[in-house]
Amino acid sequence: MAAAPSSSNEKIRVLIAKPGLDGHDRGAKVVARALRDGGCEVIYTGIRQTPEMIAEAALQEDVDVVGLSILSGAHLELFPRIVDELKKRDVDDVLLFCGGIIPEEDTAALNDLGFAAIFRPGTNTGDIVQFVYDNVKR
Amino acid sequence: MSELIDRFLNGERRALARVITRVEAESEEGRELVRALYSRTEAAHTVGITGSAGSGKSTLTGGLAKELRARGKTVGIIAVDPSSPFTKGAILGDRIRMQDLALDPGVYVRSMAGRGALGGLAPAINDVVAVVAAFGFDYVLIETVGAGQDEVEIAGTALTTVLVNNPGTGDDIQAMKAGILEIADVLVVNKADLPGADTLASQLRALLSLSPAGERRPPILKTIAAKDEGMVELADAVDEHRQFLRESGGERKRRETNARHQLLATAQAILLEKIRQRTEGGNLESLVARIADRELDPHTAAEELIATLNLG
Ligand SMILES: Nc1nc2c(ncn2[C@@H]2O[C@H](COP(=O)(O)OP(=O)(O)OP(=O)(O)O)[C@@H](O)[C@H]2O)c(=O)[nH]1
Ligand SMILES: [Mg+2]
Repeated sequence: MAAAPSSSNEKIRVLIAKPGLDGHDRGAKVVARALRDGGCEVIYTGIRQTPEMIAEAALQEDVDVVGLSILSGAHLELFPRIVDELKKRDVDDVLLFCGGIIPEEDTAALNDLGFAAIFRPGTNTGDIVQFVYDNVKR
Repeated sequence: MSELIDRFLNGERRALARVITRVEAESEEGRELVRALYSRTEAAHTVGITGSAGSGKSTLTGGLAKELRARGKTVGIIAVDPSSPFTKGAILGDRIRMQDLALDPGVYVRSMAGRGALGGLAPAINDVVAVVAAFGFDYVLIETVGAGQDEVEIAGTALTTVLVNNPGTGDDIQAMKAGILEIADVLVVNKADLPGADTLASQLRALLSLSPAGERRPPILKTIAAKDEGMVELADAVDEHRQFLRESGGERKRRETNARHQLLATAQAILLEKIRQRTEGGNLESLVARIADRELDPHTAAEELIATLNLG
């Protein structure tokens, strides 16, 4: 697995998105900043994104990674729809991760959906950056 | 690569997105893609939107795009935000202000990092504009980094340049003196809901009245981008400028001016890279040492460096 992009001009592009109706984006912004400080180009789209908007942004921005932040508890309802919308658009080669308030018992379901990692409150942001560099598909 | 081009020519947005990534990487594959697509770029009207940080460029770009869509036109948007000079990473947030366009199939929005380029743009901006135009959009809107006085580069990339100002900031008028006004084809006073909009508009008008007689005076528009107010007038002003360029023969002239600018800038970059490749670790280092020792001045040393390359 490539640790860094092949060409020195090629940056890892990450979409950080906040699906659902909760308006707290502090966590998402902290992650976005950590990834920027780690050398990634982070597209941040703000709060209240629908699954369609997230998938469409991932397509248009040709990102390598999509990170979803959720606090509302609606992840099992929203995440499958986001994965669906990505598939509909043939965006099938992105690395997916999520973070926020996500109960342990949902881990397996999210892994099955394709989420390679789940970061819960208290995670060291350095671990997220490391995860992205270790797992980006390129 | 030809499969990617086929999909691109078929109108697949995913292919457009991938082509931009390749072009932005300035790889050999990216150069080949530009080479293959460049002849198709003429139809689009390119509009640069520039102005200081936070002046409302993204909101205005979104509003203008919505108005153009209402007129049945398709729109490609390239929004540039700065890269961190330390980590080379970036947070690209211009999309936040363009949410209304998120699902419109006639709009494509691409965020781009400045990657250290001067002038509020990005190193590969002209190539990226070219491929977005080649995709067949009627308009390509380019939002620059809000860089203060550094926004002059956009005039070498777009056919119409919109300069966004805000009331009550004061430093805008300062910037005007530094020659920014000359690049504006359309002047916008955005945030016209804030106090001072009329004052700023008349200050701008007064400044414009100093320009030589017979020259086109850019229109001054008041907008409230956050409420989509003034977007009809803005779209009209952009089209009016395009019409002006066509009728005055200015479009060809501007394309040539921009072509000259791009050609020389690219040649400069290629030469610099060649010089580096051939002299680093050798001639370059000894000349550097001699300048540092005050044995040679930089200009004489540069002449010597180039002389060894046989470039004439
Ligand atoms: N009062 C008022 N606020 C506005 C108006 N247009 C935009 N804004 C606000 O100004 C802020 C900056 O808007 P942006 O569109 O992000 O400005 P920008 O020039 O793209 O910013 P950068 O890309 O960071 O340089 C936002 O909070 C907007 O809501 C307006 O007409 N009136
Ligand atoms: Mg902006």
